[in-house]
Amino acid sequence: MKRLLLALVLLSAFACQAKEAVPDAADPAIEKRMIALSENLRCLVCQNESLAASQAELALDLKQEIREMMKKGESDKEIVAYLVHRYGDFVLYKPPVKSTTLLLWYGPFLFLGIGLVVLFFTIKKRHNQITETPLSRDEEQRAQSLLEHNQ
Amino acid sequence: MKAKFVIPLALFLVLVVFLGIGLRLNPREVPSPLIGKPAPQFQLTDVHDPSKVFSSRDMLGKVWLLNVYASWCESCRDEHPLLVAFSGKRLVPIVGLDYKDKPEDARKWLDQMGNPYDLSVSDLDGRVGINYGVYGVPETYVIDKSGIIRDKIIGPVTTKSLDERVIPLVKELSQ
Repeated sequence: MKRLLLALVLLSAFACQAKEAVPDAADPAIEKRMIALSENLRCLVCQNESLAASQAELALDLKQEIREMMKKGESDKEIVAYLVHRYGDFVLYKPPVKSTTLLLWYGPFLFLGIGLVVLFFTIKKRHNQITETPLSRDEEQRAQSLLEHNQ
Repeated sequence: MKAKFVIPLALFLVLVVFLGIGLRLNPREVPSPLIGKPAPQFQLTDVHDPSKVFSSRDMLGKVWLLNVYASWCESCRDEHPLLVAFSGKRLVPIVGLDYKDKPEDARKWLDQMGNPYDLSVSDLDGRVGINYGVYGVPETYVIDKSGIIRDKIIGPVTTKSLDERVIPLVKELSQ
């Protein structure tokens, strides 16, 4: 228990060190909203980084663009639509459900279903293979004596 | 009991095929949602003469290429000689979009490397680039007579992409 606590304390120290993009704008509310939104958007230059974390030139420009759009009072939805219009669904870490992404969204459930069906038939098959053969009188006596002997 | 061996083998082969396809894809090539859509309009000043303003509307009625470049861009250096040679064929007008670059640097660069552009404009703050969904320079757009983006080449053009994609498409669109 003590060790676990120690590990947690050490880990939390690391967690504090991992910084997101430094907020530099004057309006902290907009900055907060911008970072929350851009955490769910992909940076196209460094594809495994979120827009919030990326320091690539294009990411900085886009974040500035988002700030300005927020200042103009545009909703998160409008801003996301603006980015999708230019860069495609690829900018979204959470792609929308549509005909081309059906397999992506529901594929895992499909495989789960296949697994369940296979499991069901395997168990059924195995169940059919088990045939109960009652003990003969001799065997029963032997079992009985073995059990008594053990006691 | 043959199926016991055949099924896993078949599944494995399917997996190999999928992985093989996956390895051949280039994750940097994000299909542009702008293909088939009107090219965003812009008005920018000429790299060589800041008093001249070019509007993308001037190109309506013509098939043209928009090549995004910058003097600071390394891979533009790779594609530049190809573009210069391509422009010598005079198949299609090429407009250069000098992305987030100083016009004087661009001028110097074009003087040194040769100028393949019929016209080259400055996108100082990269706004036009954002509207075109540019995320890595160089990028090349093929735009048709009615101002629709028909194709986009991400990264430097190659002899292959010019011969197999750009030239046939330009010829088809020009008819």
